[in-house]
Amino acid sequence: MSDGSSRPPGRPSAGTARVPASARWRDRAAGLAGLPVALALRLLDPLMAAVQRLIGAGRMPYVFLFPNFVFFGLFVFLPIGINLVFSVTGGPALFPSERPFVGAEQYAYLFDCGSYLDPSSCREDHFWRGVSNTAVFVLFQVGTMVLVSLLTALVLNRPIRGRGFFRAVYFFPVLLSPVVVALIWKWILQRDGLLNAAITSLGGQKILFFVDPSWAMFWAVFVSVWAHMGFYTLILLAGLQAIPSDLYEAAEMDRTPRWRILWRITLPLLWPNMIVVIVLSLIKGVQTFDEVFVLTGGGPGTATLMVVQYIYETAFANQVQNFGLAAAASVVLGLVLFALTLAQLAATRMKER
Amino acid sequence: MAALARLLGARRDGPGRPLHWTDIASYAYLAFGVVLMFGPVLWLVFSSFKTQSALLEFPPSLMPMAQVEVTVAGQPNPLPLFRATLPDGSVKELAQIRRVGLVAQMVDPAEPDKTYRVAIDKREPVRKVALATENYTEPLRQFAFLRFLSNSLFVTVVATAITLLINSMAAYGLAVYEFRGKTAATLAVIGTLMIPITIVLVPVYLVVTELGLVNSLWAVILPGAATPTGVFLLRQYMLTLPRDLIEAARMDKASEWQIYWRIVMPLTLPALAVLAIFSIMWRWNEFLWPLAVLTKTEVYTLQIGLAAFQGELQTQWHYLLAMTVVTLAPVALVFVFLQRFITTGIGSTGMK
Amino acid sequence: MRSVTSLITTFALGLAATTALAGPVLAQSVTLRMTWYSDGNEGEVMTDLLKRFQAENKDIAVVLDQVPFKAINENLPVQLASGQGPDIARVTDMGGLARYALDMRPHLKDPAYWEANFGPFLTWMRTAGDTKSIPGFMTQLTVTGPFVNKTLFEQAGVALPGPKATWDDWAKAVKTVADKVQAPYPLALDRSGHRFFALAVSQGAKVFDEKGEPAVIDDGFKRAAQLVYDWHKAGIMSKELWGSVSGTAYRGANDEFKNAQVVMYLSGSWQTAQFAKTVGNAFDWIAVPNPCGAGGCSSMPGGAGLMAFKATKHPEAVAKLMDYLASEKVLGEFYSRTLFVPGHLGIAKKGIEYPGASPEAAAALKVFTASAAEVAPTAYQIQGYGNSRIIFNAVISRLGQAIAGETSLDEAYKRITADVTQQIAERNKQ
Repeated sequence: MSDGSSRPPGRPSAGTARVPASARWRDRAAGLAGLPVALALRLLDPLMAAVQRLIGAGRMPYVFLFPNFVFFGLFVFLPIGINLVFSVTGGPALFPSERPFVGAEQYAYLFDCGSYLDPSSCREDHFWRGVSNTAVFVLFQVGTMVLVSLLTALVLNRPIRGRGFFRAVYFFPVLLSPVVVALIWKWILQRDGLLNAAITSLGGQKILFFVDPSWAMFWAVFVSVWAHMGFYTLILLAGLQAIPSDLYEAAEMDRTPRWRILWRITLPLLWPNMIVVIVLSLIKGVQTFDEVFVLTGGGPGTATLMVVQYIYETAFANQVQNFGLAAAASVVLGLVLFALTLAQLAATRMKER
Repeated sequence: MAALARLLGARRDGPGRPLHWTDIASYAYLAFGVVLMFGPVLWLVFSSFKTQSALLEFPPSLMPMAQVEVTVAGQPNPLPLFRATLPDGSVKELAQIRRVGLVAQMVDPAEPDKTYRVAIDKREPVRKVALATENYTEPLRQFAFLRFLSNSLFVTVVATAITLLINSMAAYGLAVYEFRGKTAATLAVIGTLMIPITIVLVPVYLVVTELGLVNSLWAVILPGAATPTGVFLLRQYMLTLPRDLIEAARMDKASEWQIYWRIVMPLTLPALAVLAIFSIMWRWNEFLWPLAVLTKTEVYTLQIGLAAFQGELQTQWHYLLAMTVVTLAPVALVFVFLQRFITTGIGSTGMK
Repeated sequence: MRSVTSLITTFALGLAATTALAGPVLAQSVTLRMTWYSDGNEGEVMTDLLKRFQAENKDIAVVLDQVPFKAINENLPVQLASGQGPDIARVTDMGGLARYALDMRPHLKDPAYWEANFGPFLTWMRTAGDTKSIPGFMTQLTVTGPFVNKTLFEQAGVALPGPKATWDDWAKAVKTVADKVQAPYPLALDRSGHRFFALAVSQGAKVFDEKGEPAVIDDGFKRAAQLVYDWHKAGIMSKELWGSVSGTAYRGANDEFKNAQVVMYLSGSWQTAQFAKTVGNAFDWIAVPNPCGAGGCSSMPGGAGLMAFKATKHPEAVAKLMDYLASEKVLGEFYSRTLFVPGHLGIAKKGIEYPGASPEAAAALKVFTASAAEVAPTAYQIQGYGNSRIIFNAVISRLGQAIAGETSLDEAYKRITADVTQQIAERNKQ
């Protein structure tokens, strides 16, 4: 593992036997969290053999699925069900049995708009502003993310010294918590922050980044790209390295211009990984909350208020914790996310053909 | 255009060739990247060593600085040292005894009997580099830091272990077998892939309450243990494994469980590593959910315990920044030791 | 399959048992939990007092759970609603949590002492119509009021407006000062509905109709809103506070004030301790009486209360602890060490010493204690109203939008009324 890329991407290394001794301690350190897992696996062996004898090999998949789906049921499906109940009830009570049924009132309130194209004409304008802000944010964030990660992956794919180091540098922010990321940048971007110090030392005027709606949105996108681009770069880099080099050699022989190689070979072959990047960043973008919330507080005005922040604040921050309305909004968001998932599935299917 | 394409071109040139300008551009881009990616974090670390008032300065100094204080004969307390411009234009280092309105009364430490009156805009503090380590020691003294740390470690390790176990079992079931309800189960996983926990916080809280888990670390561990993302990632990876291996093992009378843990699990290691890393990071940094279910000091995780510096009306920035660095340190350590493992792991899963 | 789950359960229980063993072993028979947030050193002081209480009462253990304020505001109500709350908590939204409050009266040694010393504040902790219960006491009484950077005034050569100066007088003065000394914030007002009403009440806002129902938008309110709006237009207020975050988020200018960038900062008594600590000798700062308007010179009262909750299993022990903490000697020490304005009428009347306070802080606290005596009835009525936070939140969220330029003031007025009506209706759905 002198250089990580020497291992063919997309193919697993069979066990630890092939890993050079120098890297083994690293694997061991990583395996520390896996140690209890390994132990559990071994301990469960006789038991599972007995289970298999009892129910037959054909029913074993249910055994494998069981624990995970118990948790899914309790902490994902049941809450989604409770949320549906919340969304058709009203009042401040927490337990569904104590909440009066109000029918579609919450949804009607949410969708009470003069025109759906103008958030300020809606009764619950914050929700719609959140929807439109999220749309703008996602659009710019995904676009920038794809371009920046592609550029970085292409550069990292060149024969440069210290590639492992640079790759690590770009990946490092991925490990930071969203709150920390936002805190760091807020500290840099405030009126008396580092960036304004740099601007004034170059003779410029201080810029109040969080007072101007366009700047605030710009920095929200920037910080989000800063924090996550490392992850997407690695996905694209893996794709680039999987492109067979004989393709390039053949093109070289034909004296094909370089831009044509990029356009006709690299990008098309990278397309599957691009889809992954686009879809994942799209989903993450729609879910964005704490990063932007800590950075801009949703402001100025409501210029960077995201729809998830709206839901969180409606359920928690307001004095009347309006669980019903928040639930209705989250059902709407859930449906949109589900549609996006289906779109992803369709895209993946297309790719496989 | 050709040059741009060359800049973005794939590696084809062997080592030892002369440096082309595109190489220089690449290195410049990467160097800029280093500054942009590491700079902000370093800035946070430097800032965390500044005193409360130094944090507010403009322009901010790079290094943490503090004003020099000197002891002057005849004065009970050490006095702050300034560089003062005197009416005759000479510059002298003077200690300030007191300030009244716009005028400071100052004294020369060398001649303690002689006092000067200096307008306050005619003096500049004399400063030296000084680390405000009390930003770290004070909160650590005030709070049950070790307890928070051990809670965080417990949550992170146990939750990751459970996640790895049950997610890989489910993924194995979905990837390897044909059975009734498989499509439904797969759809259920994929359909919930994107529901952020933020929007179902209240219902999950209700469930946890009914299970009697509030104020136990299990309330933090269990709800997120079965991640759809994890199942999805592992399943996708397992789908690429050669089927013959499994068939051969069946011939050898291995039980299904043995096939799972002796054959499939080792082959899935890269994907498991990715999942483990993301689970560790997520658990270590989790904030909103623990804040909702943990209300007792003895079960606080680090992130909750250290957030107590955010009051209603003021945030104690100097403590907040220092404690952010404290929670960051383990992440940085993990990264330094495992970075190659992490980066190649993600690359090789390919997220197909 | 059952054995699998039972094995997992055993495994889990085993782990749980290990953690339980690692927990603190408490020999006492009763353990009380107190949830607490801090703006300054009050958490430390309370820890000291609790230690002393436990030394005297070996049978009661008290655990202080220090949380970020966010948890008090957002999570505590959910915890109380689900019956998972603490025995006691330091809260600011007393009216909103009143329905979970414990009436300690039957367990207190001397309820008359509580009524005599906390009387007016007890109503803040009661549900509408309740005139008897004793749910807690004030850890801190706050009054809003302006801080002024006197050194900036001196540098600019501008005289300080006198004691009965109007808002307009101050606005003009601070603008002149700021222009001369190049301070970016001539006037700063906390982004908070509560602080806005300090201005609104002094402009004559009535907030309630004759029946006591909220009627937020009236001429006085509009005058105040227009002032804030115009001040932003004229550069007297910076958009960084009111215009830069969304919804109900709080923003203060305390850091900017400490950094000598604010000429006049309308906040409140709670800032005193930290200004004394961080400003040090860098400039002279003073607290001045609230500026006046058509409705007088009142400030807004407020504060944080320590409330007991009825879900507790040990009401006697809670009352015993509260009796101790609310006793004149202990509470006096608490106020004096935290530099809080006393929310105890007896102590307030006698006057309180702040031996730890610098001369500036002591002078400021004197000004605040004086203005606490001149709070208008309307201001008390707002603070004591159970749905006051609904009003504060609607006001700050909508005025913030208007100042950021998203809506007009008239639009904001309409939405404030609609928001308040809708949220109160939602709360009353049973």
